[in-house]
Amino acid sequence: MENVLKEFRERIQAAATARKALRIVGSGSKDWYGNVPQGELLDTRAYSGIVSYEPTELVVTARCGTPLLEIEAALAEHNQMFAFDPPHFGDGATLGGVVACGLSGPRRQAAGALRDFVLGAVLMDGKGEVLHFGGQVMKNVAGYDVSRLLTGSMGILGLMLEASIKVLPRPTAETTLRFAMSQAEALQHLNDWGGQPLPISASAWENNMLLVRLSGAVAAVNAARRKLGGEDVGKAAALWDDLREQRSAFFVDTSHIPLWRLSVPSTAQPLSLQGTQLIEWGGAQRWLRADLPAQQIRAAAEAVGGHATLFRGGDKHSGVFHPLTPTLAMLHRNVKDAFDPARIFNPGRLYADL
Amino acid sequence: MNAPVEQYLIRQREVVAALREVLPAHCVLFDAEDTRPYECDGLAAYRQLPMVVALPENEAQVIAALKTCHGLRVPIVPRGAGTGLSGGAMPIAQGVVLSTARMNRIVKMDRFSRTAIVQPGVRNLAISDAAASLGLYYAPDPSSQIACTIGGNVAENSGGVHCLKYGLTVHNVLRVRMVTMEGEIAELGSAALDAPGLDLLAAFIGSEGMLGVVTEVTVKLIPKPQTARVIMASFDDVVKGGDAVANVIAAGIIPAGLEMMDKTSSRMVEPFVKAGYDIDAAAILLCESDGIVEEVEEEITRMTEVLTSSGATAIAVSNSEAERLKFWSGRKNAFPAAGRISPDYYCMDGTIPRKSLALVLTRIAEMETKYGLRCANVFHAGDGNLHPLILFDANIADEFHRAELFGADILELCVEVGGTVTGEHGVGIEKINSMCVQFSPMEIEAFFALKRAFDPAFLLNPDKAIPTLQRCAEYGKMHVKRGQIRFPDLPRF
Repeated sequence: MENVLKEFRERIQAAATARKALRIVGSGSKDWYGNVPQGELLDTRAYSGIVSYEPTELVVTARCGTPLLEIEAALAEHNQMFAFDPPHFGDGATLGGVVACGLSGPRRQAAGALRDFVLGAVLMDGKGEVLHFGGQVMKNVAGYDVSRLLTGSMGILGLMLEASIKVLPRPTAETTLRFAMSQAEALQHLNDWGGQPLPISASAWENNMLLVRLSGAVAAVNAARRKLGGEDVGKAAALWDDLREQRSAFFVDTSHIPLWRLSVPSTAQPLSLQGTQLIEWGGAQRWLRADLPAQQIRAAAEAVGGHATLFRGGDKHSGVFHPLTPTLAMLHRNVKDAFDPARIFNPGRLYADL
Repeated sequence: MNAPVEQYLIRQREVVAALREVLPAHCVLFDAEDTRPYECDGLAAYRQLPMVVALPENEAQVIAALKTCHGLRVPIVPRGAGTGLSGGAMPIAQGVVLSTARMNRIVKMDRFSRTAIVQPGVRNLAISDAAASLGLYYAPDPSSQIACTIGGNVAENSGGVHCLKYGLTVHNVLRVRMVTMEGEIAELGSAALDAPGLDLLAAFIGSEGMLGVVTEVTVKLIPKPQTARVIMASFDDVVKGGDAVANVIAAGIIPAGLEMMDKTSSRMVEPFVKAGYDIDAAAILLCESDGIVEEVEEEITRMTEVLTSSGATAIAVSNSEAERLKFWSGRKNAFPAAGRISPDYYCMDGTIPRKSLALVLTRIAEMETKYGLRCANVFHAGDGNLHPLILFDANIADEFHRAELFGADILELCVEVGGTVTGEHGVGIEKINSMCVQFSPMEIEAFFALKRAFDPAFLLNPDKAIPTLQRCAEYGKMHVKRGQIRFPDLPRF
């Protein structure tokens, strides 16, 4: 692997000298996400492999080019998982891409997001230096938490070579329940249930139908099922997989209407925006398929304390991510310059001026 | 009067006058008599009288105080309750201590959204107390929770004994409103589960007051578990105890709490609290389950099986809340007990991969001989956070110095086995030299670059947490490559 690192370093140093942009890409499974990638391709897949995995330490460390499928297979052998439920969006998805995009799946509702599980990262910076942040242990407050800062950074701070991620045991039991109810009723129930000790691990509302998944010890799942009622869906694993991978009917839309992701407080009332909606994470993640002006959608999200991302399709010219306040925009520019003064890594992918 | 003293007094008058223009007079302290309580935090061995103490009562005053100090180029040391154990709030002689303790209002407590909006000076436990009637609580529970404030918790990314299952501050805070040294307000995170752009909230939490001053925090509240029970298991060997921890995890169980104490610790606390600890055991494990009644039953049964098959020599399960608290009382009183049997103690805070526990304890035992000091070990076994308590007497010449060297040696060992110099107490001033062992010069430079991104003038809690390269050179210890033990071929028992 040393020769791969050497090549990365030479590419980065040459790019920094020439002030030429590099586009860091794994399999390209999420090339469509974020603003349009620019620059010369830097393929991470040669830097691949699980560096260490010790089930009893609840942590796996792998190189950026390692296929997510390979890591998940290794975890499954020990009945463990990435509890943040990362979407693959393609068979070749790599760990580097997963961490850089920072996306989490249905299980995020209860387990936490990808950033909650990142324990450490190794970064190659704009000078080609290899820097270690965090580590393989769960409690670590030595130095600033740079590894979490890299999570969801869309690769703009440098080339992430390695990541250490906390893993969890798979739940012993899982059951999915179905309830017929309106959006307003679903939001009311989801938030009510959220305040009770119930093992709800995922939820999805669409088309006046609410699905709720219970995960945990057999006794806990059974007790919750008795309490909540609803109709038992039976084998539902594929259903949640399809939701995570956006293969379900709502997401597979051929109408070319843009897909927006609205991240809002779970208690926000139904958003009065024309279009169809699918709601996850107990009300906190609302997918909207609508052909509306970006400004209108962003204003609606902002009005309830959230933000909106143009997730798929649509016009990316004004940027896909929610605009930042002037102070936050300044801090972003400063942080970018701290790690990548030559501004070579994935320019524009997160925001136009980064 | 000599010149430096005169200069100091002129500067002090200048800063006090400027701050009094923007803060009420009772919010600016400068008499040594008034500023004395601020000369140290929980790490009382390091003291420094501050030039001025500012006690703003609202965000507008925080902004004004910071702008004033920025204009005068006066360094600021932010402070919560001052319970920190690493000297993160230790004053600077020519600086201002800015305490947010007076901003102690719970702004909003909301059952439906399961969040609380609080000012930085609200005490950790006060949040859970206020949420109790809603059936909710704030999960991170540092041992100082009765006194420590949420602002300080954010600065230190505080943990507690339930981190394995419920996470640290960074996992339980949704939003921080903060003011930069230049007096600009920034909201990091949001009322939703995430925020656009870089995760500056994650970088801010645990930054030891070096990136901004917290003025408001939105925390997550979670439902109180219906019940909790704890198992107390004895082991005749620390290796067996360590293996038992690994076996519990391998069985797919995430206990709500998982703590280990060595023989020195249990012998230290038992006469003091009478928790019923087996003082002949080499290690005692406390393993807690929480949740609904049926779930806890199921988990306790499974955990008991695993602990038994891992060689536990005795097992007791709490059968009432009173008994559960009794079992915990020993662990929770470990620090006061250390203070009872020894005139002074020095608490370390390294984290290690759990598998290295036996090796680390063996090496610490060797160090006890080397430094001629006793050490009791309490261990957050679930998350690998080790708290060796080095016992010493400051009145005996050289003992504090030896304790410091002993502590630094332990931290170096933690890095050597792939761990870290601080799990939850922070670097502050105490472990700043040990940072040179854990991080390379380039990594330290990256930390400074991040600091400059938030505080270009370098005025916010400077000289804490991140050592200058010059300091590392003077310390003279090289960066230890993590996870690589020196002389790996030597047998170790």
